[in-house]
Parts: sequence; structure tokens; C-alpha cells
Amino acid sequence: MKRPFLPFAIVLIASLNLGATTAITGSGATFPAPLYQRWASDFGKANPAVSVNYQGVGSGAGVKDFLSNLTDFGASDVAMTDGEIAKAGGNVLMLPATAGTLVLAYNVPGLQSGLKLSRAVYAGLFLGTVKKWNDPAIAADNPGITLPDLPVTIITRSDGSGTTAVFTAHLAAINPDFCSQVGSGKSVTWPVGLAGKGNDGATALIKQTPGAVGYVEYGYAVNNRLAMASLQNKSGAFVAPTAESGDATLSAVSLPGNFRVFISDPEGANDYPIATLTWLLVKKTYADAAKAAAVKAFVSYGLTEGQATAPQLGYLILPAEVVNKVRAALETVR
Amino acid sequence: MSGGAKPFVRQYITRPDIFRAACWLASVLTVALLAFILGEIFLKAWPAFSKFGFGFLSGLQWSPNRGLFGVLPVLVGTAISSLLALLFALPLGLAIAIFLSEDFLPKPMRQSIRFTVELLASIPSVVYGLWGIFMVVPLVQRYGAVLAAKLGFLPVFAGPAYGNSLLTASLVLALMVLPTITAVSRNALVAVPPTLREGSYALGATRWETILRVILPTAAPGVTASTILAFGRAMGETMAVAMLIGNSQRLSWSLLSPSNTLSALLANQFAEAEGIQVSALMYAASILVIMSLCVNIAGEAVLRRTQRSVAGLK
Repeated sequence: MKRPFLPFAIVLIASLNLGATTAITGSGATFPAPLYQRWASDFGKANPAVSVNYQGVGSGAGVKDFLSNLTDFGASDVAMTDGEIAKAGGNVLMLPATAGTLVLAYNVPGLQSGLKLSRAVYAGLFLGTVKKWNDPAIAADNPGITLPDLPVTIITRSDGSGTTAVFTAHLAAINPDFCSQVGSGKSVTWPVGLAGKGNDGATALIKQTPGAVGYVEYGYAVNNRLAMASLQNKSGAFVAPTAESGDATLSAVSLPGNFRVFISDPEGANDYPIATLTWLLVKKTYADAAKAAAVKAFVSYGLTEGQATAPQLGYLILPAEVVNKVRAALETVR
Repeated sequence: MSGGAKPFVRQYITRPDIFRAACWLASVLTVALLAFILGEIFLKAWPAFSKFGFGFLSGLQWSPNRGLFGVLPVLVGTAISSLLALLFALPLGLAIAIFLSEDFLPKPMRQSIRFTVELLASIPSVVYGLWGIFMVVPLVQRYGAVLAAKLGFLPVFAGPAYGNSLLTASLVLALMVLPTITAVSRNALVAVPPTLREGSYALGATRWETILRVILPTAAPGVTASTILAFGRAMGETMAVAMLIGNSQRLSWSLLSPSNTLSALLANQFAEAEGIQVSALMYAASILVIMSLCVNIAGEAVLRRTQRSVAGLK
């Protein structure tokens, strides 16, 4: 997810472009960073008068930058807490901009696809109670597949991450043992396994370790051609991670007034179980009218034309009703 | 001649000595910068220190989501990975140092070997990390599993064997500290007065007896200093370790298990930390700074005493 050179390249291009432009900067979540940077580039081509610079520095750092007025907009996978909103003096809107799913990617020699994991099994894997790939519990979900006598190596994240927050919130919601032993949050103590920094670090560990299984963002797993498991959802069905199953999950989401909603365990029969919205943070009122107009134009672009680029990069298109509500809120920005 | 130089000297003395002032300023600034860095770290660490006290050092859990911060597993990981690296690097480094300080090979060849070993110090940490991922991790994965199967009854080799483990990190660290050990030890060996060697030969000792009984004992303080300095370097090494050690904050006696070090913990978690976690990381950073300072001061002290005593022998 971290593409370390892209932000620098954008800064460079932005700093070269010294015409009569309005420059807006944003920073935050790395999860949607490739999409936001694509939007910034496409938007900049269509609107040469505005230059947008987005840096994927992590959700926590993005919120900090936004609160200390270093950026014009922020981005976070976990929205903002009430305490953080209070620090901003209430002068903030949390706007869902895109959504994505998390997948359990695995590296089991001889098994390129088709692995199914039930709710009890994948929670057990991350609790360290399911230790071998030929465990009877895994075999029961996968008739017809011969699983090797290989130890399971769990791959997690070593850095604080919105991805971890979403994944642990889901596991804590479906498994009381996980809730009490590990809990949820951006940085937790895992009972088993190795940890890598960033989605790229975790991906590298999965690729190089036979017997590995770990959580990464869907787009990342697709780009790196990782094998992804079908997961059992709340209704009991096994659902493969695809754009369609992600859309099914999103379609059931109902937005509260502040747009802060977490999908910890979706209920529909076709819903993929682990998905999240991700938010852009904008001010309700900007001191500089030109910046307000630029931010509005950029976010509005992302919500309309920008949605079409989302699936190319492994993200989900927001449902029309969500987009309409968010655009109505965006109109109130001054 | 000296008469002609006098007015110039007087002129030089009566004018403000800009060069001396500039040197003073530069050295004061360097010291002030170190003090500023230390002050800043300690200041930021204070909230965590007042909250957790010394229990931080013996705490087993590092769970930011629950507000639990204990660094014992990380301290143990730091100590064991560095000591293990020394265990691998010291025999090798010392052997190279002896080889290079004797006349086994013609001088140009010795110089080029010495240059090559010292070149190891200039390879960036991240390159060692990548090399470790592609070379050492698969090796430890394969032979670690064999080791765990054969010797798994010993706690240090208990399975399951991971590719990213304490052992992997230590092996790569050993290579990284090798130039420090070789360079400082070689200097100590070369500084042994030739009269001692000649005396030993005169008494009928062979070359090996001379090396083992006369030269090594004389150079021992220098070799000790090289080891201490290498220990300091291993402790602070960050990038390669973070890429290879597995980053797990669980206490385990097995060398084949993932572990973590203070510097890797900081590198991994600082960017996304907030609130008390920032302060806890700063607390961990202060521990690392204090440990590194102590080790480096000890190394320097031993080194200075050696130089003085060897000089005295002349």
C-alpha cells in the first residue's frame, strides 16, 4: 500500500508548477493512497488551476497533521474519534470517499486457490489454536483438497495500522476469545506469528514463507497475485473476495448523521465479511475561500468521476445513495 | 628570520582569533545538539515514565490498544540478538585481524583484504536486510526446521522454526559488526611492540606460540574494546533487524522464534503512534540511548587505556 516515491514525485511536480494555481495538500491513510493519488493526478490534468498533493503517511499521522493545520484535508481508515473532533473545534466533516475489503492471503504450496475458512477457523488461526494446515477443522471446510502437514505461519502488521484496526474489530466481533485475549485496535499484541511493516512488508512475508497466511488489503493482494481465501460470513455462506461481494457488503450499509460507521460483521448472504469505508477529512469552514473551492472540487471529483477508477485499483464503488448523502454534506463546506 | 616574523605574530595575537572562535562555536554546538536531543527524548518520555515507572522494564505485554506497555521481551531480544551476533563475529573477526597483522601474505594482498572487510561497513543497512531476506531467511527456514526436529527438546531450539527469527537477525548482525571487530582488533595487534615478538622468537617460541601467548594477551584490551564497540553497533542497528527479526513482542527462549529489538520497535511503531504510546516509545528510546552511551563509553575507555599501556611499553 505504501508507494514511498509517489508522494515525493507529486511534491516535486507540484513545486515545479508555480503558476497561478491553488495548491491543496492532504495526508493520511496509506490504504486508499494509490487511489487518492490517482485522483489528484487525473483531477490536476482536468483542472490545471488546482494542484492536489496527497501523501500516504498513515491514518494517525494524517489526523494529527489535519488537526495541527499542516494540511488542507486529511484521510483516515478509522474516521476520527469524538475527542479528535473536539480538538478540531467541531470544524470537521468526515466524508466516506471509497471503500475496500481485506483478504486473508495464503501461501500453501500446491494450493493456488479455493481455500475456504470458516469463522471459527480463521479466528482460531490468528489466536494460535489452529497450528497446522492439515488441522481437521480446516479439512472439514475443504473437502476434496489435500492440505499439507505444514505449520501455519501467521503474518500480521508490525506498525500501527487502520488495516489492523478493521481486521481486529471484525475478529473481536465474531469471536469472544479474540475479543478478550487480543481485543481490537490499530496496534495489538498478536499471540502468534511474524509481523511486517506496511501492507508491502506483510505481503513480502506471505510470499517468502511457505505455510503463511495474513491479512492484506484486496487491491494489494490482487496486484501481487496472492492466493486469497473464501471466508464464511455471518449467514454461514463462504464468500470469495471479489468486487461483487464487496459491493454486496457496502449496499447494506446505512450511514448515520456523522457518516462514521464501521462494518464489523455484515449480515447479507452474499456479503464479504471484512470491509471498511475510508474517510476524507475536510473542514466545515476554511479561512481561504479559494482553498475551500479547491477542496470541494477535488472531493466532488472523487465522488463522481473518481469512483470509476476505484475498481481498477482494487477499491469499491460507493453506492449511489451514499454518494448522494456525502455530496449533500460536501455542499455545506464554506 | 625570527625577527622578521615577530610583528606578524604580534598582529596575529592582538586581533580577535576568528579561527579559534569558530572552532569553539562548532564544538559547543555539537555538545548542545546532543544535550538538546537527549533533553527532548527524556522530556517526551516523562509522561510514560511517571505512569509506568520501572515496571515498564519488567512488563511482558506491549499492547497499545489496551494501554499496556512493557518492554522486557524487547530488551531480551535486543540483548540476545547483539550477544549472539558477537558470538558469531568475534572468532571470525579476530581470526581475520590476526591474519592481516601477520606477514602470511605480501602487503598489497593484505591491504586489499583489509579494504574489502572494511568495505562491509559501508553497505547500507537496508541492503543487508534485503540480502538477509533472500539469502539467510530461506537458509534458516530450511535448516531451522531440521534443528527444531533434532534438538527441539532444548528450549533454545524449540519449534516451530521461523525464517524471520532471532537467529536470522543475529547472523546478519554478525556480518555487519565484523568490520568494527576486525579493524579495531587489527590496530591493537599491529600496535604490539615488535620487541615483544622478537623476544619471544629469541626464546625459541614458534609463530603460533608467539601469537597465542604473547601478542594476543598484549592486545587483549584492544580486542575487548573492539567487541564492546561492536556490541554498541549491534544494539542500535535498526533497518536490517526490523526486516529480519519477525517483529514479535513475545518472550521466547527459542532462537528460531521471532523477536524484536528496541530500535526495530521504534522504527515500526513511531509513525502511527498516538497519545501515551508516543511517550512509551520515547521511554524505550531513552533506554536505548542510555544503553548505547554506556556501552560506547566503556569501549572508548578500554581503548584509551590500551593505547596508553601499549605506548608505555615502548
